[in-house]
Amino acid sequence: MSPTLLSPPANRSALHPTTPASGLALAPTFDPAWPAWFHETQREAWEEFQRTPTPTRKDEAWRFANIKAVAVDDFVPAGKFLSSVDAIAQSKLFDAVSTRFVFGNNQLLHREFPALPDGVIVKPLTEAARENESLFREFFMSQPVELGSHRFAALHRALVQGGVMIHVPANVEVALPIEIFHWVEGDNASVFPHTLILCGENSKVTVVDAFKSADNARAFACGVNDLHLARGAQLTYVAVQDWSDSSLAFHINSTVVGRDATATALNVNFGSKFLRGENLSRLVGEGSRSVMLSINPMDGEREIDQRTLQDHISPRTTSDLLYQNALDDKSRTIFAGLIKVGKGAHETDAYQKVRNLLLSDDCEANSMPGLEILADNVRCSHGATSGEINEDELFYMQARGISADLGRRLIVAGFFNSLLARITNEPVRARLATLVSKRMGVAMDDPKLE
Amino acid sequence: MNTETKPDINIDRSIGDFSYDMDYAFDAGVGLSERTIDYICDVKKDPDWIRAFRKEAYRKFLAMPMPTHWASRDLENIIFENIRYYLSQGQEPKRSWDDVPEKIKQTFERLGIPEQERKFLAGVEAQFDSEAAYSNIKAAVGEQGVIFVGSAEGLKKHPEIFRKWFGKVIPTGDNKFSALNSAVFSGGSFIYVPPGVKVKHPLQAYFRINAENFGQFERTLIIADEGAEVMYMEGCTAPKFETATLHSAVVELVAMKGAKIQYVTVQNWSENVFNLVTKRGLAHEEAEIKWIDCNIGSRLTMKYPGVVMKGRKARGEVISIALANDGQHQDTGAKMVHAADETTSNIVSKSISVGTGRSTYRGLVHLPRHLKNCKNNTECDALLINSHSRTDTYPAISVRGKQNACQHEASVSQISAEQIFYMQQRGLSEGQAMSLAVNGFVNDLVREFPMEYSVELKRLIDLEMEGSVG
Repeated sequence: MSPTLLSPPANRSALHPTTPASGLALAPTFDPAWPAWFHETQREAWEEFQRTPTPTRKDEAWRFANIKAVAVDDFVPAGKFLSSVDAIAQSKLFDAVSTRFVFGNNQLLHREFPALPDGVIVKPLTEAARENESLFREFFMSQPVELGSHRFAALHRALVQGGVMIHVPANVEVALPIEIFHWVEGDNASVFPHTLILCGENSKVTVVDAFKSADNARAFACGVNDLHLARGAQLTYVAVQDWSDSSLAFHINSTVVGRDATATALNVNFGSKFLRGENLSRLVGEGSRSVMLSINPMDGEREIDQRTLQDHISPRTTSDLLYQNALDDKSRTIFAGLIKVGKGAHETDAYQKVRNLLLSDDCEANSMPGLEILADNVRCSHGATSGEINEDELFYMQARGISADLGRRLIVAGFFNSLLARITNEPVRARLATLVSKRMGVAMDDPKLE
Repeated sequence: MNTETKPDINIDRSIGDFSYDMDYAFDAGVGLSERTIDYICDVKKDPDWIRAFRKEAYRKFLAMPMPTHWASRDLENIIFENIRYYLSQGQEPKRSWDDVPEKIKQTFERLGIPEQERKFLAGVEAQFDSEAAYSNIKAAVGEQGVIFVGSAEGLKKHPEIFRKWFGKVIPTGDNKFSALNSAVFSGGSFIYVPPGVKVKHPLQAYFRINAENFGQFERTLIIADEGAEVMYMEGCTAPKFETATLHSAVVELVAMKGAKIQYVTVQNWSENVFNLVTKRGLAHEEAEIKWIDCNIGSRLTMKYPGVVMKGRKARGEVISIALANDGQHQDTGAKMVHAADETTSNIVSKSISVGTGRSTYRGLVHLPRHLKNCKNNTECDALLINSHSRTDTYPAISVRGKQNACQHEASVSQISAEQIFYMQQRGLSEGQAMSLAVNGFVNDLVREFPMEYSVELKRLIDLEMEGSVG
């Protein structure tokens, strides 16, 4: 039998032996790094978490969902991060960055600013809450969680420690990416990464979040990112998620796009056993634009449950969503997307497409692409396709001496690379293409690989 | 282009908007209880197993919540205690129009039923409130062994076929309204087509609500035996009363190996009817079931015709046209369950929302594990006419395993200002131009309707295009 098509070419090596579980259940710690007023917020959020019932499949937002998979009872607070030297050394997706932050088990391990323009703020949230209190209060988790995970968003708010706030002032362009690493280590350890990005008028920035496990242990990640774009801003946000293959992860996003601004967000999901991703783009300014992308190579018994909302509020707004799943083994995907065109959001252009490439007999792809249109003069379309690899393409490659296994990997890599064409920042696109190809085990000619 | 201009879509409901004061011989009164069910059983002389079936269904109906967690909250406006569940002049349908009571005969004559029967139908059943008033099948078709009777007659005279399939395609507890129907059902058709018999002309049923506050709960069961073919058509009308009326039917189709069933509906209920219907077909090996569904009437329609493809190479199809005008919500769609290898299904849905109308497409496509070479194609297109019109699309597609293919596409569009301008240049009013564009939007689907029925459709949707060609 051929090796699992989408499994990484080599097993990840443990950086450090796993730490024993601390034995404490999750509860707010009221870290003194936060200002006192934020402790009150955390206390309220913890109460909200406790009184919010766990979801059931009867909730439309959890239709088809694996409810058992989202139980959080077994998880414990993360202990001290022991592999910081190795983790910092390995925290490098891009060679040239403007800023790099490394967090391990919610604690800041490292920060450097090789090329950050003056006036741009990148600092840990705990510092931002003290030093930039008004910005923090205005934007931190300011958007309601509408796609089903409000219980887990409350948990995040109650327990958040690690993460950064980025503020790019008006008319400033940050040429090189800002890179933020979040590592987790230890059995059943929990992390709550948060990224808050505020883009001033006509500013331009690329931010990359990388989520990684330092060992093979089962971990719990409950992350939130809030992206806010003022008039004319351009933001490219990339999340490369590579938690261990036994982990449970929530990644809850909200993006608010102002007038004539453009947000491009890409979620690349390489790891985790079960991931629930929620992405909400709210087009509040006239002429705003949101591009929502996701790449999901699925293998083993991994599951990904993605819910999206393209919320068109103002006239002449555009949204374009493309999610691509390749499903091998017994993997399972859920995509539930909604395009909502509100009253008065005339001349909207909205597109939504999910493509499932089915590679095995036991995989399962669920697609629920939805539309709700209450405005006039709109152009909306959505599509969902599910199908297998075209045998003619494989035959073509075999006729040129490429084995069926390699041929399949090339086709899957090509399937994902076609999506990356929508990333306009060329060095970022090229680097992501390499990462995806490496995950498929086909980027042999890349000099950056060993 | 004025966004408030509406196309000249004149749905001819005047033809059905009349009612007669009837002295009903049988009336179960207002409201629903075990006593209502006993009354219906006693009047209809139901066998004991049907009485038990009804009571079990009633318990399920009471236990099930309204599905408002996903469906329209308008359902909460149905007051089950205010509805009359059984009204009839008698339980035996007449075989000749001459024997039909005068007022009922006038009703159907005004709707043109006897005339249509003479013209092109192989058989007709006309249901007036709870029971069929008239049921007839052409002698030649009857001689082939085709059974076309009311459901009560089917139950009594052909229990060996009836009982085998009754309630098997749509279980009582499928949803709250199928449970309600199972508790109080009356009327509807029972059709059996013997092996190899191809019924050349359509069989037709006509459903009429005459009384205010009346709930119609017909139950139709159609069985096409091996290699048989049949087309069934139904039409629905009701006068416009002050209070809301409920129509909740259950329709079950069974196509045995190689059989073909086409089921055509033109629904033109008046604008105060809640039309909550469960329709599903079971297709055995190489069988084909096709639902052709046109919804232009009612206040709220919730109807998702389905096909369970149980045998190899079975095929399911749903063709759906919905028109939602001011105050209407057409919540329609399709369900395709693939349960065997090489099964194929196709869904084509077109909806038009006018004024404050809302049209919704809900779809379910299910391709379970370990099947090979199954295919589904879904296309749904929505046309929005005015700025207060609304359209929604909520499909759910589950595919397990490679070697199966599914594609879903949906689009929402407007009539372009350029199109309207072009036609206005040629002397059409804005309304006429819009009508022409609407007509073009649904034209390819209208052609899917059987020839005879497209006449009916044209009569119902009068697009007022006289003088517009040239």
